[in-house]
Amino acid sequence: MSAEIRTSDGELLSVKLRKVERRRRMTAFLLAAPLLFFIVFAYVIPIFQMLGRSVDNVQMNEFLSETHEVMQTWDGTEMPGEDVTSTFFYELKGLVEEKNHGKIATRLNYEKGGFTSLIKKTARKLKDFDENGNFLDQFIDVHKKWGDIEYWLALKRGTDAYHFRKYLTTFDYEQKFDGSIERIPEKKRINVTLWLRTIFVAAGVTFCCFLLAYPISHLLSVLPTRYSNLLMICVLLPFWTSLLVRTSSWMVLLQKQGVLNDTLVSLGIVADEGRLELMYNMTGTFIAMTQILLPFMVLPLYSVMKTIPPSLMRAATSMGATPFLAFRKIYFPLTYAGISAGSILVFVLSIGYYITPALVGGAKGTLISNRIAYHMQQSLDWSLATAMAAVLLVAVLIVYWLYNKIVGIDNMRLG
Amino acid sequence: MALPKYTETRYRIWHYSYIIICTAVFFFLIAPLFVIIPLSFNAEQYIHFSDGMLALQPEAFSLRWYEDMVYGTKNPWGIAARNSIYYAFFATIGATVLGTVAALGLSSRYMPYKQLIMSILISPMIIPLIISGSAIFFSLAKLGLAATFPGIVIAHIILGTPFVVITVTATLSGFDDSITRAASSLGSTPTNTFFKITLPLITPGIISGALFAFVTSFDEIVVILFVAGGDRNLTTIPLQMWTGLREQLSPTIMAVATCLIVLSTLILIVTELLRRRSERIRGISAQ
Repeated sequence: MSAEIRTSDGELLSVKLRKVERRRRMTAFLLAAPLLFFIVFAYVIPIFQMLGRSVDNVQMNEFLSETHEVMQTWDGTEMPGEDVTSTFFYELKGLVEEKNHGKIATRLNYEKGGFTSLIKKTARKLKDFDENGNFLDQFIDVHKKWGDIEYWLALKRGTDAYHFRKYLTTFDYEQKFDGSIERIPEKKRINVTLWLRTIFVAAGVTFCCFLLAYPISHLLSVLPTRYSNLLMICVLLPFWTSLLVRTSSWMVLLQKQGVLNDTLVSLGIVADEGRLELMYNMTGTFIAMTQILLPFMVLPLYSVMKTIPPSLMRAATSMGATPFLAFRKIYFPLTYAGISAGSILVFVLSIGYYITPALVGGAKGTLISNRIAYHMQQSLDWSLATAMAAVLLVAVLIVYWLYNKIVGIDNMRLG
Repeated sequence: MALPKYTETRYRIWHYSYIIICTAVFFFLIAPLFVIIPLSFNAEQYIHFSDGMLALQPEAFSLRWYEDMVYGTKNPWGIAARNSIYYAFFATIGATVLGTVAALGLSSRYMPYKQLIMSILISPMIIPLIISGSAIFFSLAKLGLAATFPGIVIAHIILGTPFVVITVTATLSGFDDSITRAASSLGSTPTNTFFKITLPLITPGIISGALFAFVTSFDEIVVILFVAGGDRNLTTIPLQMWTGLREQLSPTIMAVATCLIVLSTLILIVTELLRRRSERIRGISAQ
């Protein structure tokens, strides 16, 4: 019986084996542990913390905690009572003394436009208030906007500790003060356009990369090594070259006074005043991204095609298949693995592209990443930026999961 | 690729159009890079081929933009180059050490939760840089490390490790376990086996991973935009190019770009040599 077999030191073999295996599992894990902990603590957790900002409104809630509490009993159908307005008066006064009213003005302005000036004007006039008089009337005297119930409703929901309204904004929807959800006015809609454009560009670039990469990967895989190594330089040199260098070369080429237009004009194909608009629009983004991401399609395709024995095609033709049929029935299905690996890689990289669209795309060719950067760095609406980032991240993770499922992350190869 | 004599005309046409298509795609890939090089030697201030350049007159060419790159006071290319090299150097060391050690664990048969851990380790390469950049910035800012040298190096280590993990695991996947078993059976300790047998065999993979990490850091632009916080003393070459390109395409940028193309050519040569060496070692090890 195998259970009776013992090692030289008298231990049961099965027990000893289990021990050894446990120790090996432990060793393997300990080797990966430093990097794993580093990535989790320096990268994964920060991402979740940042995404938390999309729903987090705790600071506002703390600034105006009492007002928020009192407002919970106000049903919002008519103007708020003196309990609300007096609490708000004293809290606002405290905030002005701490010079924090600017922060709440900015945040409230996201809830309803016009709040910035309203709070600033009110803050200046607070010292003139008669603390024995009617607060609501005095607020309205300072600024007539306080007579508009929507500003009080905005104050109420703007002090909730958590909210999900930025996710509505991400898709150009808004929540009205009565709680209904509607699309925002047509001329303000921009995000849905950008999402659709991003998906369209990512899918289009992926498809173009596939169309361009397929023939050259095939050529590289069938040529003798001597020649294929030489041609591989054409793929690998752009791959190793700085993204900004490649983007700037496209700027040089595509500009209105650029090399491409100059050539077309001097060849007489295009009139001097009819120079093509190749940059600062979708065309520019599309062409530049296709060239920049092409190596990421060629490399996986090439490595798969390299493993297909040429005898298979010969066998098919010898049995009467036309070259086209043999290609369609034999060769093409064998390259599916390479196609899926390359396509998913290119798609996932292009969906988050930022630099090239920002430089070549102009206003008409920017993608969702550029919008996120705009809200991060310029409008400083971090809640909206992080809400958009969360949606983008989910999209990327779905594609990443697909990649894992279809290709397997262990099979990723570079260069 | 010569066609047999009996090939039908339509297949002949198809074959030649295939060759033409391939040539066009190769041209599309490589030509944009070569447009920059002559323009960097332009004597004029404009980014286009002047009539003199097209006629190959020597006076239409000059090195003034290279002079401007090195001695010009307006653009701190010197500081940028120094910083870029420093960041890349430290980030490469960090990423290579962490990545190689992790890859050794990941390619073990006994590694628990391999798929999950691998996907986490590779995620910095997949997640859009704009998300990585802002998340790393917020976390560094909390630790007071935003816009500091160590902060930028940490950010670049994060971005570089996936490449090291991928290349080193790929090298290890072709590794013949019987060699290390042979070493142990001959009485070598595991540490000795690792340094005498395993390490020399996977060195080409480690170096190519290190090169990836170096280039990732050296070319990195999105994360540095967030993390450097506009501090001119922390600027890098890509950051300087980005600023320049947003304002105006200047011939100096063409000169810098040309230098970077030369650099990537050198890296390409090194990787090619490594690949050949790796194939040779593997050839010996299989015997």
